[in-house]
Amino acid sequence: MTVSAIQIRDLSKTFGGGRSLLGKARHEVRAVKSVSLDVASGETLAVVGESGSGKSTLARMLVGLEAPTAGSLMIGGKDAGALRREGPRAFGKMIQYVFQDPVASLNPRKTIRDILDTPLKLLCGYEAARRTARMRELLDAVQMPEDTLTRYPHEFSGGQAQRIAIARALAAEAEIIVLDEPVSALDVSVQAQVLLLLRDLKVRFGLSYLFISHDLAVVEAISDRVAVMYFGEVVETAPAARLFANPGHAYTQRLVASAPRIRRE
Amino acid sequence: MSALAEAPASKAPRRITSWHLLLNNRLATAGLVLLGLIALLILLVPILPLPDPDATAPADRLKPLLTAGHLLGTDQLGRDILSRLLWGTRISIAVGFAATLIAALIGSAIGIVAGYAGGRTDNAMMRGIDMLMAFPYILLALAIVAALGPGLMNALYAIAVVNIPFFARNVRGVTLGYVHREFVDAARLSGKGNLSIILTEVLPNVLPVIIITMSTTAGWMILETAGLSFLGLGAQPPQADLGSMLGEGRAQLFTAPHVSIVPGVMIFFIVISLNVLGDGVRDVLDPRLRSGALARPGPVTEVASGRAMPANAVADAALSMAGLETGFRRGGAVVPAVCGVSLHVKPGECLGLIGESGSGKSVTALSVMGLVASPPGLICNGAVYLGNEDVLAMPETRLIASRGSRVAYVFQDPLTTLHPMYPVGRQVEEAIAAHQSIGAAACRERAVALLDKVGIPEARERAKHYPHQLSGGQRQRVGIAMALANDPDVIVADEPTTALDVTVQARILELLRDLQRERGMALLFITHDFGVVSEICDRVAVMKDGEIVETGETRAVLANPQHAYTKRLIACVPELGTGERFLERVAGLFAGGKEQAS
Repeated sequence: MTVSAIQIRDLSKTFGGGRSLLGKARHEVRAVKSVSLDVASGETLAVVGESGSGKSTLARMLVGLEAPTAGSLMIGGKDAGALRREGPRAFGKMIQYVFQDPVASLNPRKTIRDILDTPLKLLCGYEAARRTARMRELLDAVQMPEDTLTRYPHEFSGGQAQRIAIARALAAEAEIIVLDEPVSALDVSVQAQVLLLLRDLKVRFGLSYLFISHDLAVVEAISDRVAVMYFGEVVETAPAARLFANPGHAYTQRLVASAPRIRRE
Repeated sequence: MSALAEAPASKAPRRITSWHLLLNNRLATAGLVLLGLIALLILLVPILPLPDPDATAPADRLKPLLTAGHLLGTDQLGRDILSRLLWGTRISIAVGFAATLIAALIGSAIGIVAGYAGGRTDNAMMRGIDMLMAFPYILLALAIVAALGPGLMNALYAIAVVNIPFFARNVRGVTLGYVHREFVDAARLSGKGNLSIILTEVLPNVLPVIIITMSTTAGWMILETAGLSFLGLGAQPPQADLGSMLGEGRAQLFTAPHVSIVPGVMIFFIVISLNVLGDGVRDVLDPRLRSGALARPGPVTEVASGRAMPANAVADAALSMAGLETGFRRGGAVVPAVCGVSLHVKPGECLGLIGESGSGKSVTALSVMGLVASPPGLICNGAVYLGNEDVLAMPETRLIASRGSRVAYVFQDPLTTLHPMYPVGRQVEEAIAAHQSIGAAACRERAVALLDKVGIPEARERAKHYPHQLSGGQRQRVGIAMALANDPDVIVADEPTTALDVTVQARILELLRDLQRERGMALLFITHDFGVVSEICDRVAVMKDGEIVETGETRAVLANPQHAYTKRLIACVPELGTGERFLERVAGLFAGGKEQAS
């Protein structure tokens, strides 16, 4: 293994806290408590946990939308604090993010061309002709027709919108992508197609994924390793197959037992 | 793919419909026409053959209306009122609109920056706005004019400043709603800076609100300009504007009322036309109003008069639907959502209704008790038998009385179905009291017993809590308690566990199954999750595009699906223990069908 795509050491995030003007302690929420994780280059690490377990806060810290309270964060071998000081562009070129609700992540008043143009222009610095060519390549990669460019987000179904959002993440040419519940809002057949697309893109562009989900079966299908989060802490990390066959932590056992299964007998 | 093909065709007419919507509103059209006439008149003023508005003629003073040469008479100095009226209207409208523009520009800028920046910046800016608002507006305008000196321009500044808070507050509120939206985060990750995000991401979304606010405040601003001029702080003699004409005419109110009535009527026309037009513009631009929030749905879904009523096929069913067709009126046509669905649930049985989004499962569930909002909903055909009685043929009062007592609903998101301002215990009491006349104390005891029954610990204490103090699972338990309140024969559960975590979902399913078995209720369970179906349902119906494609015993359907759609759907469900083989399986399913990728 060469350089880790993501290296997290004792990362913490606390919301609120401190003291008010009158010296009264404010209510404090420790969303992420001293988490350490590694994502090797080319690997898919899944983070599972229930709502409120701190998965999304962790993801937002990784892409620089949230500043960590403590701990260190290395992305592609560079310190995240240094990247943050360089501004949003430095961050965007290293790591990208795919949101849970694809329709909400696309500005309703912009065409798909405008949406895809921004990262190509600001992050990659391509000139107009090259941007147009690149947009075509990207749409082709996510299997969308070319006339997509002139349309508005509300004209697409959830699955199509998620493909566009993935194309936008790819446009930045970052090799690390954080996927925050990318298929939770989709119907099962569309979900399967998007998972398939994600796997193909990973091989084709040599990507590393941090895949956040609450659905254990989806996680098992796509990830190499799984980290289980519970109340802001990582309670267990193991290869996917081992974790679900033989969960170690009590919470993981409960999670695996609660997952709805199709009983055919 | 068909949605893709239709989209461009529907785009061109949409822009016209905004205009049509405005013209459909008769009041707004009247306002538009009146305003158009006034605008035309004042634009033509310089070329109309009017006497000099400032030329005095003491010999001709206070001539009445319709005097030869002076259509609207003359004022106390013998000046032609028609000429002064038109020139004055020109000035009043110009000042009013200029003030609106200035207030909108500065106010919106403050609002958008405060809303976007948040924290201390927001606090500082908004407290400044609050201070501006704390003064009575006329006093503030007077103070500004007093400081700057009287004159039309100073009156304009005063009115603009006074109205800044109005824009700032409105725009800040809307901006706050957009700043935490995901597309703003996405733009930041695409490398956009703050200024660029404000101008290109937030502003286009906030713009309709700014236009709406402008259209509703312009009339008010013209009124305020007139007010200041009336007090002698705006237009200075001999210049005419509507307010100063009113002020000058005041002294002759009893001897020559027309001198003040004429400008008064003009102000009235301008303001009323602007206000009705503004309301019309708001109705057209506000997406919430456009989507039909103004159309008040009736208490019961409309049922087509000539509907086909198939007989009840399953006599011992608790609930049976026969050939149900429900659609939505759009324009002149009815777009079908449910096409000929026949289903039944027997007492003590659980029927799962499964399908992907847009398959019509929720509309089916709502049609059962006539809960589809109408307009635009319409039940075109079919019958719904509760026992042996057709629900759709029931008189309205009887149908409403059956809701909750014979058929009860449990919805997906308990946070939106519970009232946030009442304790949960009281909401359960309300559900009981709606159908049973028992004393308040007995009602309270029943509510506590119900909450205890659905597994809420320390029910008596928890009954006093508000919905936001409960966890998602507990809120759904309260929703189930309310459904159980009147011992219904049938419970319709519409995705009751979709919003919950898996560990909580498992417990809620267990609760529903136990309650259903214990009370012998029929349960119609709507979901998109095959895992959930296999946990709780005895039989399952698979729905696609408004039709039932397959029905059967749950185990049989899951183990050996007959219809191609069911097969594909089940194959797409990832299962624990399959691991990477899942993607291989799915890849085979979609291979050669890339055009289906949607």
